[in-house]
Amino acid sequence: MNEQTAFVTHGQNGQDAQSQPIIRVENLSYAYPVEDSDQPKQALSDVNLTVARGEFVGIIGHNGSGKSTLSKILNGILSPDSGDAWIEGMNTKDPEKIWQIRKTAGMVFQNPDNQLVSSVVETDVAFGMENLGVPSEQIKEKVTEVLDIVGMSDYRKARPHQLSGGQKQRIAIAGILAMQPDCIIFDEPTAMLDPNGRAEVMKTITNLNREHGMTVLHITHYMTELVGADRIVVMDGGRVVATGTPREIFSQVAMLREIGLDVPQMTELAYLLNQDGYDIPKDVLEIPEMVEALCHLK
Amino acid sequence: MSLKIEHLDHVYAQNSPFEFKALDDVNVELENGHFIALIGHTGSGKSTLIQHLNGLIEPTSGTVYLNGVDIFNQSKEDLVKTRFSVGLVFQYPEHQLFEETVAKDVAFGPKNLKLSEEEIQERVKWAIEMVGLDYEKMKDVSPFELSGGQMRRVAIAGVLAMKPEVLILDEPTAGLDPHGRDTILGQIEKLHKATGNTVILVSHSMEDVGRYADRILVMYKGKAVYYDTPTVVFRHVDELEKMGLAVPEVKYLMRALKKRYPEIDDDIFTVEAAKAEIERVFGGERDV
Repeated sequence: MNEQTAFVTHGQNGQDAQSQPIIRVENLSYAYPVEDSDQPKQALSDVNLTVARGEFVGIIGHNGSGKSTLSKILNGILSPDSGDAWIEGMNTKDPEKIWQIRKTAGMVFQNPDNQLVSSVVETDVAFGMENLGVPSEQIKEKVTEVLDIVGMSDYRKARPHQLSGGQKQRIAIAGILAMQPDCIIFDEPTAMLDPNGRAEVMKTITNLNREHGMTVLHITHYMTELVGADRIVVMDGGRVVATGTPREIFSQVAMLREIGLDVPQMTELAYLLNQDGYDIPKDVLEIPEMVEALCHLK
Repeated sequence: MSLKIEHLDHVYAQNSPFEFKALDDVNVELENGHFIALIGHTGSGKSTLIQHLNGLIEPTSGTVYLNGVDIFNQSKEDLVKTRFSVGLVFQYPEHQLFEETVAKDVAFGPKNLKLSEEEIQERVKWAIEMVGLDYEKMKDVSPFELSGGQMRRVAIAGVLAMKPEVLILDEPTAGLDPHGRDTILGQIEKLHKATGNTVILVSHSMEDVGRYADRILVMYKGKAVYYDTPTVVFRHVDELEKMGLAVPEVKYLMRALKKRYPEIDDDIFTVEAAKAEIERVFGGERDV
């Protein structure tokens, strides 16, 4: 197992850049001030989390569970009340490091239309690099490379407003990739897309993680998008209430229901059949597994 | 009685380099009283279509009949009435909230109906409760202090308070968590069952479509390609996929199972129905 070998080099002192987690969150708390009230609204309470290099971690939780507040702290948009968040060892509270942090942990948001700035795809992708004063030859090469990674090479000269939602999101991802981040935080990137767009974006994210070793933190309401994740973190009421592999998490159907979340349809079906005494593994995630499990019954 | 769409064409920016045919000879009759899901890839013409249904935008050619009346060939006063009877909830309707209190915001539409103050207040209370909010707790609160999901529900209540015969919702659950989604769709279903109104729900979630709708209208490249029951529409798995759509995950499972067990019914698209069918074919209750 690759994962095993990756962990062998883990040092406890955090000196070795290759071994320390890319994202490290310790005892993080944050409350939003409420107008006309002394009682602030607690959004995060004592959150702890690490994301290792190359990992694909999903975060789920209902609206208001603290997911987006966490992502805003990771990106230095909000500063925590207590506790710390580190990106590659840089504390997100440190104003000196803010640009380096945002370059290291790129973010992709929900609405594709709010993220594209230029009228031509290639200049949009180049936008970040141009701001950094990267020489134009290098920019051209990089644009070619990142458009290829997201499967949008044919659209280099296209106009962003003529693209579908899924294509726009892939352009937004390309723009982030051009900045050569070490990890990408996706904050509900598929929420506004049609089924095809959702599939395109998920294929791109999975490919980035598996083929290019990109560390991914993926916040979503679509549970099926996390079936292939390494780990899932469940948030409720500003706290991390569970963390585990997709099988460990999704098989806890009752717990997820209680905090207002879904499970993938296959897991829900396995749960219901189990309740009726069928001998089906409770952690079924995908269709072929369900077919296999049912065939064993006959 | 119905919404009858006849040879409807809509061309944006006609005679300009940006000319775009959003609707291309759409012909379909939506009978009253159905819960209709409108599906199609981004840019397939869904939003353009629904804006014609209450006369918000005019067709390039063709027309729409609401209960036999050509909505684009009537007096201005009657067109206003049409807009009252076909309620349209836009995407992210919470961006349109503007009043000081929840009750005032919801009352805005009914006030334009020239109803008595008493009737208005009754409708406001009814609509707020219809979307699953507590009227007494909510009425004097500023809509801007609410959570995103609550704001969304207040905005929907504003349209419900008009008591439209036809309620059109453009992706009302986009960005909501599963609980918020179930609350909103559950309330809309409850209202539909209680009043027999027509609901047109634009959705990208095939699971929601399978769960709530009794008719599906599929748009593709500006054309209405299917209008039928979910059972029939979801049989077109390959065609739907080519159109950038999908079917509920359960439907894929039943299709895979049918290859091995021909006796299985694969016209199934909800988890509950799949469970029942699997238990029918694989034998009743086991050792519970």
